[in-house]
Amino acid sequence: MTRTPRRKAYGVKSAPYVFLVPATLLFLLFFALPIGYAVYLSFRRTEVAGLGLGKGARQEIWAGVANYTDALSDSELLDGALRILGYGAIVVPVMLGLALLFALLLDTDGLRARGFSRLAIFLPYAIPGVIAALMWGFLYLPDVSPFLYLLDAAGLPRPDLLDGGPLYLSLANIAVWGGTGFNMIVIYTSLRAIPAEVFEAARIDGCSQLQIALRIKIPMVAPSLILTFFFSIIATLQVFSEPTTLKPLTNSLSTTWSPLMKVYQDAFVNNDIHAAAAQAVIIALATLALSFGFLKAANSRTKQGDSR
Amino acid sequence: MSTPSLTAPGRRRLPLVPTAALLLGALYCLLPVVWVLVASTKSGSELFSTFTFLPGSGFTDNVADLTEYRDGVYWRWMANSAFYAGAGALLSTAVSAVSGYALAVYRFRGRETVFNILLAGVLMPPVILAVPQYLLLAQADMTDSYLSVLLPLILSPYGVYLARIYASAAVPADVIEAGRMDGGGEWRIFRTIALPMMLPGLVTVFLFQFVAVWNNFLLPYIMLGDDEKFPVTLGLYTLLQQGSNTPALYTLVITGALLAIIPLIALFLVIQRFWSLDLLSGAVKS
Repeated sequence: MTRTPRRKAYGVKSAPYVFLVPATLLFLLFFALPIGYAVYLSFRRTEVAGLGLGKGARQEIWAGVANYTDALSDSELLDGALRILGYGAIVVPVMLGLALLFALLLDTDGLRARGFSRLAIFLPYAIPGVIAALMWGFLYLPDVSPFLYLLDAAGLPRPDLLDGGPLYLSLANIAVWGGTGFNMIVIYTSLRAIPAEVFEAARIDGCSQLQIALRIKIPMVAPSLILTFFFSIIATLQVFSEPTTLKPLTNSLSTTWSPLMKVYQDAFVNNDIHAAAAQAVIIALATLALSFGFLKAANSRTKQGDSR
Repeated sequence: MSTPSLTAPGRRRLPLVPTAALLLGALYCLLPVVWVLVASTKSGSELFSTFTFLPGSGFTDNVADLTEYRDGVYWRWMANSAFYAGAGALLSTAVSAVSGYALAVYRFRGRETVFNILLAGVLMPPVILAVPQYLLLAQADMTDSYLSVLLPLILSPYGVYLARIYASAAVPADVIEAGRMDGGGEWRIFRTIALPMMLPGLVTVFLFQFVAVWNNFLLPYIMLGDDEKFPVTLGLYTLLQQGSNTPALYTLVITGALLAIIPLIALFLVIQRFWSLDLLSGAVKS
């Protein structure tokens, strides 16, 4: 491309900045400012003078790291964190394993009903998490559940799907159901970007479909797998609407089941915005540390693989 | 180099196992949808007494009950959701389009920095945003309003990212150069030349944002108190919550859930004919 003389180019220099004004303004107002404000609040606390009555009896003062030390020793938050790690340890591998499997299967030659399967598996993406949790919630309810009905008919014991260990699986199932399709599409797209000659050569060498999938396809879609993993970790640690929706159906879900629910509880029910802000900052940092830690580990693994 | 005749005939047979496995996956994904379809036909007593997948006799009654419930507040929620998702997605697409175009077409100081900072927004957990957003909007006396749910969702880092990819793939540099030769201003070039070329990609951004806003729960849950302004997700949630005391509301919740997912499913079925799902992951055919 040749460099064109800047003659009629009036406004070319300033144009990109003008075009970026709306995005910049929105970013400052709804991303940068709230984050800064949350960090600021997390270092403050409310001091109550006397009985806390009358004007000026409540004052905001500097709190140092007290909110953080409180949050880190808060057993409700830590229990929530542990629950969410257990939940994530089920959701992320199962969801992405299924997404990869379905993407590879969709890529099989001569497949029947490809369009139907692809659309049906992708469909849950269009359904709000609240409604997904609501529908599954009813399917778990003892009086309605077809699974429990079938177990009963087969003379097997009926587990309580909304309590104890099964509750984790029930919640994980909702996330897996909702997320598999989207991730499948992402992986399938990168599968189809692989040039056909690659497979042709492997076929001539006598590779079976399975060998092609394991030895060629999976390594070649590794970047998109890493990316889906990365975003799934972030989304899983933020789970809020599904457990919140299921709560009315069971007594086993506390109001602080997930760390996010705990933040909500402290901010809007207990009216302690400073504690909530500190917890939100900790959750954000932990999420970023976990997801970027994964990204770093995955990248160094891939690099090792490349140099071999 | 490829010689198709070398392919073993055995490989050409119908892949039964993959087809069956995928259909099983499809069944799993359709199961709750089929259930909600069947359950919405049941009357309150049938819901807990007849077999799950046996259709009932009360669908029209259920819809009528839902419509009558508190003077039709359900349809108000649906209209609110349509407004939030429609207006939100439209504004979001517009902002993504100008920003993505600027980042793709122009070379200027700080371009990559701006792009990276905007993208970092994707990584920001909604929780660290939503609570302070509420507190800040409360200081401006703007919580519990339509704008409080709409404004924070307009800037979509993912939308900007996609729009940039589409702009650099779909708008050739010489076309812009030709527009400048003809004496068009930068805004005019963007509006009349680049925008139509980016349109297929922008449809994807619009749909992605439409789904994201329609499905959002955390933000309206935090921002809104007045249920006249609720989107349908929040409305159904409050209905379910009341249902734990009055199970009669369960049939309303189920019917409401069905009616709430029909528009999105219909949208998907209609658009998938001309909308390639692949665009969602930023894949652009050259």
